[in-house]
Amino acid sequence: MANPPTKPAAGRAGMKKELPEHFKAYRHVWVYVEVERGRVHPVSWELMGEGRKLADKLGVELAAVVLGAKSPELKQVVRQTYHYGADICYICEDATLAEYRNQPYTRALTDLVNTHKPEILLLGATTLGRDLAGSVATTLKTGLTADSTELDVDDEKSLAATRPTFGGTLLCTIHTLNFRPQMATVRPRVMAMPEPDTTRSGRMVWHTLGMNEADIVTKVLDFVADAASNKANLAYADIVVAGGMGLQNPQNFELVKRLAATLGGEYGCSRPVVQKGWMPAERQIGQTGNTIRPKLYIAAGISGAIQHRVGVEGSDLIVAINTDPNAKIFEFAHLGIVADALTVLPALTDAFARRLGVRALAS
Amino acid sequence: MHIVVCIKQVPDSAQIRVHPVTNTIMRQGVPTIINPYDLFALEEAMRLRDEFGGRVTVLCMGPPMAEDALRRALGLGADQAVLITDRRFAGSDTLATSFALATALETLGKEHPIDIVFTGKQTIDGDTAQVGPGIACRLELNQLTYVAAIDSLDKAKGEIVARRRAEGGVQVLKSKLPCLITMLEGANTLRRGSVQDMLRAARAKVTVWSAEDAGVGDLLKCGLRGSPTVVKKVFAPQPREEPAEMVAVEGKTPAQIGDAILDLVFARQPKLEAELTA
Amino acid sequence: MAEHFDAIVVGAGPSGNAAAYTMAKAGLSVLQIDRGEYPGSKNVQGAILYADALERVIPDFREDAPLERHVVEQRMWFLDETSHTGAHYRSDDFNEAKPNRYTILRAPFDKWFSSKVREAGAILICETTVTELVKDARGRVIGVLTDREGGAIYADIVVLGEGVNGLIGQRAGLRPELKPAHVALAVKETHFLPEETVRERFNLQGEEDGVVIEVFGGVSSGMVGTGFLYTNRESISIGVGCLISDFAETRIPPYELLDRFKAHPSVAPLLKGSEMKEYVAHLIPEGGYNAIPRLTGDGWAIIGDAGQFVNAVHREGSNLAMTTGRLVGETVVQLKAEGKPCTDANLKLYRDKLAGSFVMKDLKKYRKVPALLEKNKHLLTAYPNAMSQALQSMLRVDGASKREKEGQALAALKKNRGSWAGVATDMFKLARAWR
Ligand SMILES: Cc1cc2nc3c(=O)[nH]c(=O)nc-3n(C[C@H](O)[C@H](O)[C@H](O)COP(=O)(O)OP(=O)(O)OC[C@H]3O[C@@H](n4cnc5c(N)ncnc54)[C@H](O)[C@@H]3O)c2cc1C
Ligand SMILES: Cc1cc2nc3c(=O)[nH]c(=O)nc-3n(C[C@H](O)[C@H](O)[C@H](O)COP(=O)(O)OP(=O)(O)OC[C@H]3O[C@@H](n4cnc5c(N)ncnc54)[C@H](O)[C@@H]3O)c2cc1C
Ligand SMILES: Nc1ncnc2c1ncn2[C@@H]1O[C@H](COP(=O)(O)O)[C@@H](O)[C@H]1O
Repeated sequence: MANPPTKPAAGRAGMKKELPEHFKAYRHVWVYVEVERGRVHPVSWELMGEGRKLADKLGVELAAVVLGAKSPELKQVVRQTYHYGADICYICEDATLAEYRNQPYTRALTDLVNTHKPEILLLGATTLGRDLAGSVATTLKTGLTADSTELDVDDEKSLAATRPTFGGTLLCTIHTLNFRPQMATVRPRVMAMPEPDTTRSGRMVWHTLGMNEADIVTKVLDFVADAASNKANLAYADIVVAGGMGLQNPQNFELVKRLAATLGGEYGCSRPVVQKGWMPAERQIGQTGNTIRPKLYIAAGISGAIQHRVGVEGSDLIVAINTDPNAKIFEFAHLGIVADALTVLPALTDAFARRLGVRALAS
Repeated sequence: MHIVVCIKQVPDSAQIRVHPVTNTIMRQGVPTIINPYDLFALEEAMRLRDEFGGRVTVLCMGPPMAEDALRRALGLGADQAVLITDRRFAGSDTLATSFALATALETLGKEHPIDIVFTGKQTIDGDTAQVGPGIACRLELNQLTYVAAIDSLDKAKGEIVARRRAEGGVQVLKSKLPCLITMLEGANTLRRGSVQDMLRAARAKVTVWSAEDAGVGDLLKCGLRGSPTVVKKVFAPQPREEPAEMVAVEGKTPAQIGDAILDLVFARQPKLEAELTA
Repeated sequence: MAEHFDAIVVGAGPSGNAAAYTMAKAGLSVLQIDRGEYPGSKNVQGAILYADALERVIPDFREDAPLERHVVEQRMWFLDETSHTGAHYRSDDFNEAKPNRYTILRAPFDKWFSSKVREAGAILICETTVTELVKDARGRVIGVLTDREGGAIYADIVVLGEGVNGLIGQRAGLRPELKPAHVALAVKETHFLPEETVRERFNLQGEEDGVVIEVFGGVSSGMVGTGFLYTNRESISIGVGCLISDFAETRIPPYELLDRFKAHPSVAPLLKGSEMKEYVAHLIPEGGYNAIPRLTGDGWAIIGDAGQFVNAVHREGSNLAMTTGRLVGETVVQLKAEGKPCTDANLKLYRDKLAGSFVMKDLKKYRKVPALLEKNKHLLTAYPNAMSQALQSMLRVDGASKREKEGQALAALKKNRGSWAGVATDMFKLARAWR
């Protein structure tokens, strides 16, 4: 959506519900399973969980799409797709798919779509997923709803993808009525991780790509993995402690880090904190930062703007510390403390340390 | 070299207001800015121009007032500005937007062949990151998204080496011109144009193209009609049904408050206590 | 090559815009420089626009200027802690074809005015701060330096419309530093309300009718200052302003003063359910006639708030700003036509035009008011309090005779002011200052 209209469009050509004849054959829900260097991005399993629900509602099958170079790991991934709910797994093994590149991946996925005709195609809104989804949707000339936060099918069996719009001020529900497949991307951690069922199995469908390395313009010279040590893994942390502008200066973020360390969790912050240069961008939580889904989220001195809210709403338990009893964060927190974060954070650190039998870590 | 940067004028969305009664967006009086991510693209384009020569054209699709954004880009140092504006573009989704922009780029390229098209990583209002890939796909440009740095450019060979942010690391990619690059934030620091840049921008004429001027033949591919996606509903997020349980703090010492919070946390998340103390 | 213009105008507020427009319209090459992201981005006003001053610059401004409401009713309120005494004047005569006063929002208004200036041919550069005036060996101003690279830009005249605390004039020694007793600090909020609610609350019939309320008394907590509340199309502007010297003395934070004002039982219902959209603070020059600095020199002239051209008693500022801007513009146009340089001597024409206009006449008339109020702060509290007590006692039917009540009222007045002699002195001083 480049420019969502302020009002739902009604009574225009695009709203006609009659699907063109040649699209009527499009059936089943597909999830693109993102494999890089043998690892599946967890967002793909989250999407499988969601895709399963949609497929069941529609009474159709769920398929996974796996692309990559031939390897034992890839075979393992295929098996896993069944565990996470796939009835079918489309697999395309090709040497040109060893590392992600737009050109061969776009080709593989569009060919698969054109051959097997899915009605819904879901991808993770990762750097890979967004790169791929944009070209595939444009090649197929179909609709794509980016960064959805909720997926459903309506009474007319049309995909209803809800996403924040206008910088998250509002939410809107988007449909692709007259084109197939209906495409959507979903950010990591927006959907819950399903439990795998290792007894499940399914069918495998092979696809050959038929591309030569010589046809592909872009070459991967190197891959520099992020140093695991300093890379925050906020999205998948069980406990997250974050601070906002209410902490007043960069030094006070030590209080946040200390509490996070005591709990064995990650620390994060709101966007203005990043803009001030008090924390690196990878620590930002919210619409334009990380979406988190921890068991416990403690927000100190964060007002709870909608852009922050959409990134934390999936947390099991939100504890907010804010001096302003009218702060927006209390509208979606589970526990609220109207007090100075600068005194509550150390007190909480001490309390946890005592209860957990560990000493508060010095900075 | 001819480098084109696609910039979008967006509402400064921190200040967007929603009408409390009708729940519609009130754009009136909301200040507009150049999409912040596009500024990184613009700076990178100007850096390449300064090094390799040539010119930077800024291209925008939007309402007539988007001319302000283009003029601002000229003040920052761009050489030429083109606005494509037409009522028939209204309501474009990403597919229709990339169609209009790609067509305009083709038209621009007829005068001076384009070597690189830059876009921002994403916009802050549409926020899809799809327009860039859409343009690349339509124009069959080599697509380099989420670029954090351009390592080298060999003009003679038409080769470019760039660092692309991927999941879990950075890909170093070698590709060929012409290409499309979507630029990551923080990749550079925006310059401040000189007094001369500002004067030139103030005097410059922004080229304004209608759909026809831009070379759009098939109007069915533009605007609402060219957009496969349909917005069915716009709504404000609902407050949580259950209000937050407020922890009493009055007259308590910090230590007591800490313990009180802890009790409530563990009461609600007994599993967590078990995990933590395990 | 260095750029040269007929005139450089510093500032794109009402004064700078009027000056630039007048000169550009007459065909001069004009460069206007503003430090804001766009014209009006940092400018603050109540705001009431007085049509006459703008009409003399752009006669058909009503056709496309972003005007909020035209004023059909003026209220004057005297506040004490719990009540207000007021005079309201509403007249259908204000519903004329070309209304005399409008409420406006400065950001869109300044943007519109600036677009007119550019249409007239002036060149505008924003996000650029003039840092220094460039002088030649003989001390004549010949151009400006900015905070951008690229050196100086030259002009025959530099017009300073830089607003109340513009530092360029001060730094160049053209005007003295502001005295705390000569500037008020005003804080203002814009509160959003649906259009229908604004109309209902203020009993407005026509779509564009508007009300302004000027507030005296308790609102300033004993300081020299006033409050205001203006209706816009779908918002309300509310603010208070007091002298900087008083804020310093009483140590009342300005926003707290505004909070008290908003919570006043007469004001709170008007804002109920509104959503705060904007909070701004800005200075207002209130030194009046006696604080006006030297206005011209070789190659420079001062206009608008930078020249202290504000009539604090009548809350007029933008109209004086536009008038002074227009008059400087007309002067430069005339000098150019006659082939005369913009020397201090030749710019006497501007000073003369000013002296003949309402600007100087009005400021002169009230020249004693600022000092009077500064030295007699009780004027703003004692009388409103006494009046309120008197009225309350009159209106309460409680068995006391009306004569007794008159006595109580007079006693209240005396008590509030301290002595009858004090009351008499006040009356005398006020009469003299207003004469
Ligand atoms: C397009 C767009 C995208 C955005 N994306 C994001 C995003 O991804 N993530 C994000 O977080 N924001 C994002 N924002 C910004 C967002 O709108 C808010 O501005 C931001 O979240 C506010 O951060 P904050 O709560 O830390 O600061 P503030 O809004 O300044 O709030 C500070 C809070 O601290 C409280 N406080 C003050 N002192 C204390 C104290 N001693 N103890 C306790 N509490 C105290 C105050 O009451 C206040 O509620 C985005 C904005 C836009 C326009
Ligand atoms: C709260 C409040 C309420 C008011 N209400 C009213 C009212 O109802 N009616 C009324 O008529 N008047 C009112 N006034 C007064 C009125 O706002 C001013 O008199 C008027 O704005 C003065 O215009 P100006 O052009 O002189 O200055 P300004 O409007 O202050 O403009 C000065 C401009 O110069 C720019 N600038 C300053 N320094 C530099 C520099 N070095 N380089 C580049 N640019 C620079 C600034 O960015 C600014 O745009 C009110 C004022 C306030 C604060
Ligand atoms: N209307 C537009 N005009 C010019 N460029 C645009 C427009 N819309 C999007 N873009 C470009 O495409 C990028 C991605 O936009 P989006 O897909 O909306 O997130 C932006 O950063 C811009 O560079």
